[in-house]
Amino acid sequence: MNYIETFKVTTPSDLEIVLTRMFDAPKKMVWRTLAEPALIRRWLLGPPGWEMTLCDNDFQEGGRFRWEWIGPDQAQLALFGEYQEITPFDRIVRTESFEIGCEPQAGQQLAAISFEESDGKTTLKMTLTYPSKEARDATIASGMDKGVSAGYARLDEVLAEIATEQIA
Amino acid sequence: MTATANLDATFAALADPTRRAILARLAHGEATVMELAKPFAMSQPAISKHLRVLENAGLITRGREAQRRPCRIEAKALQQADDWLENYRRLWDANFRRMDGLLEEMKAEEKGLQR
Repeated sequence: MNYIETFKVTTPSDLEIVLTRMFDAPKKMVWRTLAEPALIRRWLLGPPGWEMTLCDNDFQEGGRFRWEWIGPDQAQLALFGEYQEITPFDRIVRTESFEIGCEPQAGQQLAAISFEESDGKTTLKMTLTYPSKEARDATIASGMDKGVSAGYARLDEVLAEIATEQIA
Repeated sequence: MTATANLDATFAALADPTRRAILARLAHGEATVMELAKPFAMSQPAISKHLRVLENAGLITRGREAQRRPCRIEAKALQQADDWLENYRRLWDANFRRMDGLLEEMKAEEKGLQR
């Protein structure tokens, strides 16, 4: 079954990215794919050509996680943080920080993941909250030229303006 | 023009609030220079100058009729807003599709166990 149309990425505020996606499975099952390292490793691969090399995941409140990937030319990427809230099958809140190469990236984002089931299907909603608009835009633009990403942010604002105009 | 030079022109054009307002107006439908000049309390030559910048950036096109030369917004420019999220979206889309596959496997396994 194709759930591609159900996938939305939005930026409801300057500090957030929200991803929503429906899965054709009950939430207990979707939950497992985000909780169990053996299952996380199967899907969280990063960009094409990258491979997950470490998946430490102490899945409990206060538990820490560290995931590492290796990319083309031995490029390294790591995401680590701490689980702040785990409400079984409903909600996960964790802090997240990136390391690119061996360089820690400034700042830390908060990821809140909620699971909602209806008719055996689960809507996953991931809200990422960044410390600044710059940090958020940098994440969206990862892989893109920096000057270009600043411009895109501007374009985004204009489109929001136009959209508001059209509704009015 | 290279893709980056093109983007530079687009972003420079969008940096001005009058030009953004013109685009917002054109989102409602095409308009002539005179119609556009009205709400801005600006001379037609001043508006024409802004229109040239928008046109060079590919954000608008202008009709050929000598007298009116109506301006239209270019739909492609609108689409670029999606492009800004597109790379990021694509990355997650690939992840989520792998999750779909994994979930199918898990469902099959569960069925197998029940049998």
